[in-house]
Amino acid sequence: MATQNVPNILEMRSITKTFPGVKALADVTLEVARGEIHAICGENGAGKSTLMKVLSGVYPSGSYEGDIVFEDEVVQFKDIRDSEAKGIVIIHQELALSPYLSIAENIFLNNEVKGALGLIDWNKTNLEASKLLARVGLRESPTTRIMDIGVGKQQLVEIAKALSKRVKLLILDEPTAALNDEDSSHLLDLILHLKEQGITSIIISHKLNEIKKIADSVTVIRDGNTIETISKVDVTEERIIKDMVGRDLEHRYPDHTPNIGEEILRVENWTAHHPQDVTRVTVNNVNLNVRRGEIVGIAGLMGAGRTEFAMSLFGRSYGSRISGKVFKNGKEIKTRTVAEAISNGLAYATEDRKQYGLNLIEDIKRNVSMASLEKLVHGGLVNDNEEFKVANEYRKSMNIKSPTVLAKTGKLSGGNQQKVVLSKWIYSDPDVLILDEPTRGIDVGAKYEIYTIINRLASEGKGIIVISSELPELLGICDRIYALSEGTITGELPIAEANPESLIKLMTMEKPR
Amino acid sequence: MTDTDNKAVGAVVQPAQNRFTTALSHVLSDLGKNGIFLALIAVVVLFAILTVQDGTSVLLRPQNISNLIVQNGYILILAIGMVLVIVAGHIDLSVGSVAAFVGAISGVLIRDAGFSWWAAIIAALVVGALVGAWQGFWIAYVGIPAFIVTLAGMLIFRGLALVVLGNSNVGSFPTEYRALGNGFISFPIDTGGRSHIDPFTLAIGAFAIIALIVQQLRTRKGRSAYGQEVEPLVWFVVKLVAVAIGVGLITYALAVFKGVPITLIVLAILVLVYGIVSNRSVFGRHIYAIGGNRHAAELSGVKTKKVDFFIFVNMGLLAALAGLVFTARLNLAGPKAGTGFELEAISAAFIGGAAVQGGVGTIGGAIIGGLIIGVLNNGMSILGIGIDWQQAVKGFVLLLAVAFDVYNKRRSGGR
Repeated sequence: MATQNVPNILEMRSITKTFPGVKALADVTLEVARGEIHAICGENGAGKSTLMKVLSGVYPSGSYEGDIVFEDEVVQFKDIRDSEAKGIVIIHQELALSPYLSIAENIFLNNEVKGALGLIDWNKTNLEASKLLARVGLRESPTTRIMDIGVGKQQLVEIAKALSKRVKLLILDEPTAALNDEDSSHLLDLILHLKEQGITSIIISHKLNEIKKIADSVTVIRDGNTIETISKVDVTEERIIKDMVGRDLEHRYPDHTPNIGEEILRVENWTAHHPQDVTRVTVNNVNLNVRRGEIVGIAGLMGAGRTEFAMSLFGRSYGSRISGKVFKNGKEIKTRTVAEAISNGLAYATEDRKQYGLNLIEDIKRNVSMASLEKLVHGGLVNDNEEFKVANEYRKSMNIKSPTVLAKTGKLSGGNQQKVVLSKWIYSDPDVLILDEPTRGIDVGAKYEIYTIINRLASEGKGIIVISSELPELLGICDRIYALSEGTITGELPIAEANPESLIKLMTMEKPR
Repeated sequence: MTDTDNKAVGAVVQPAQNRFTTALSHVLSDLGKNGIFLALIAVVVLFAILTVQDGTSVLLRPQNISNLIVQNGYILILAIGMVLVIVAGHIDLSVGSVAAFVGAISGVLIRDAGFSWWAAIIAALVVGALVGAWQGFWIAYVGIPAFIVTLAGMLIFRGLALVVLGNSNVGSFPTEYRALGNGFISFPIDTGGRSHIDPFTLAIGAFAIIALIVQQLRTRKGRSAYGQEVEPLVWFVVKLVAVAIGVGLITYALAVFKGVPITLIVLAILVLVYGIVSNRSVFGRHIYAIGGNRHAAELSGVKTKKVDFFIFVNMGLLAALAGLVFTARLNLAGPKAGTGFELEAISAAFIGGAAVQGGVGTIGGAIIGGLIIGVLNNGMSILGIGIDWQQAVKGFVLLLAVAFDVYNKRRSGGR
């Protein structure tokens, strides 16, 4: 609650939502003042998304208990159309745009600008779209296809779409999760700008520094309960974290005493080109090395070629015209296919576990065994009892929160899915693990667990490469950090010399033209 | 299930549990999972009642049960291959044409080239595998969608079948060849012209039942040895007894008719082999991994192209086998043979619970799906319902089966 004299635009009173067997929300109360930016924080599975689905009518009235008061009126939404008609628009984390349609077509999808005979008036559509694009600060032609613009711009199109619906309350679910720093700050500026125009926003985010920057008040939800609402002046990261996890997290990163040995992996002159546009160099002459027990970070902005480097190294899963040499324990190895990379002791855990990491319709057991089925083969057949045992051991040792390894991975929370991915790669018994954004989209508590696992792997003598967009994370867990810019390594800092300023300087260094 | 390690979301509301409710929930979830099996039983019961004449059910007469198996053999063979294709996220529209093409080649080889029956069969299977390799090449290595490649294949191989046959039929196959579709194995004991029961068939049936029980017991023992949850003993026994009775009744029916159809032996071997391949072999596991998430499979070291290729080689091989069985049964290789087989095989796989998006489907399900179609065909024919209505009813059943499946998954909170 910002100030006393500003009336609330929204009050959700004592919302309780029960799914078969599980109480997702228990007596949750949320008050949002008109014209403010209200952040909602909570661990994954705390009930944030459920609350927003109740608000936007995804869960229709009657399926929950409690009242929603919007603009001093008790509202009962039957579906999303109802809530949008009142000016409540939700933008989901996974953007709901059609890639082959133009920006204008997407903006007015199901809300078409009609002319004579009820047909679509394309001139007016594109004109209106241009106006909306100007409001969100996106300089693109309204006829550009969605697939031809980046995620950051797509996010802006979503907001333009919301504006076209005369939005009063804009709900953004993890809006910057997939954006780089530049796009993120642009988006945050836009939200502030919309605030000046009188649009109230609710923003769900894991990124505490962003919340601190733009939110007027913060409501923390934990285990389906409202913990507290903090106003801007009282917001500190420590307080939010404490509310979220229910205890003080003194250290966000576990202690790590490096025990570094011999060099285990060395990459020399690694170059890769864009898969379609073969003249474009995306990874340019990269040289790096990792030693036993060492955690090496790769810092870089979005598009710097971090994932491209890792995937081209891992069985040429990305790129064309790849060249360079890889040495393990001083001997040259080949990594031409994923199978070859795995058998040479490499593992790569992807940044996008849903698209590239897991078979979501299969259970934990089969996901854990996927990369190393051969280990379970006896007499030509997979021993599924052994497989169960192995998966169960990982479920316990990695603390995967599921009663059984027969649960589908699609139903696990992000943190637990990531633990399944890590289990898969640890079971393949690699010497070097490349972890691409290992904690993206997972909550604070689970992050700590992942860091602990990374430390444990390092202490077992494995070499670890961590790719991350979050500098505090790299600074918190690595022993040495490489900075990557435009596909080129622009510097290498031992942890003692690394700090956010020095890294950002290297990460934004442009190559001489 | 316990809630001790499930602190993810709020308070977990746990119903009071005792042994009875645990057992009951097990039975219910089992029935839910095996809904398709219940549907088969329902269809059988329905037509058993509808086809009662002179006090007995025509559908359940020994001769008809034997016919049901032989008549549907080739669809079931195709369904086995098709379910693997569908699990990997593909489709194969060409199997009917391939069956006709292969049948034609075997016919011409015997009639004009003087091949012996076994050489013709081997040659036909090789041709089938080559056809599969051809289609697999385009799909796996060139990257053309299977729908297009096999649609082209449907036209290509139908055309080639016509070319091979010169727009005529080849008939009169050697007895050994015809046995593939028409033969029975029996060693009847002469009882002096009265009712005869074939002891060989009974022995095979008894062996099958014993093998089934032993295998089930071993699986159960293995699972509990590894500390896995096993279903309640009573339910386990009930299911086993029910299946044993079912197998026993079919055995009896076959024994009083002509004996064990060779088609059934071929099918039994295929079901056994492919059941193991799909569940327990690395190749089979990779098919499911690809169907569930191709990218994830690739990044886990699965050689997706190679797997795709061999799925189609296998489909070609099975299409050839189905073509042989069909040709043998009719004792005729004609250019129109196998028309519409692809649709029946695809229907069988989907009725049997395979998912359009891939990643889901079982050999057992496809067989049951095929049997449902078979019983529908057979039952409606007995009732004198014309081909026109048969088609419509089968289409309706396919739609209903998949709709039920979708509904079931949504209710259980799946995707």
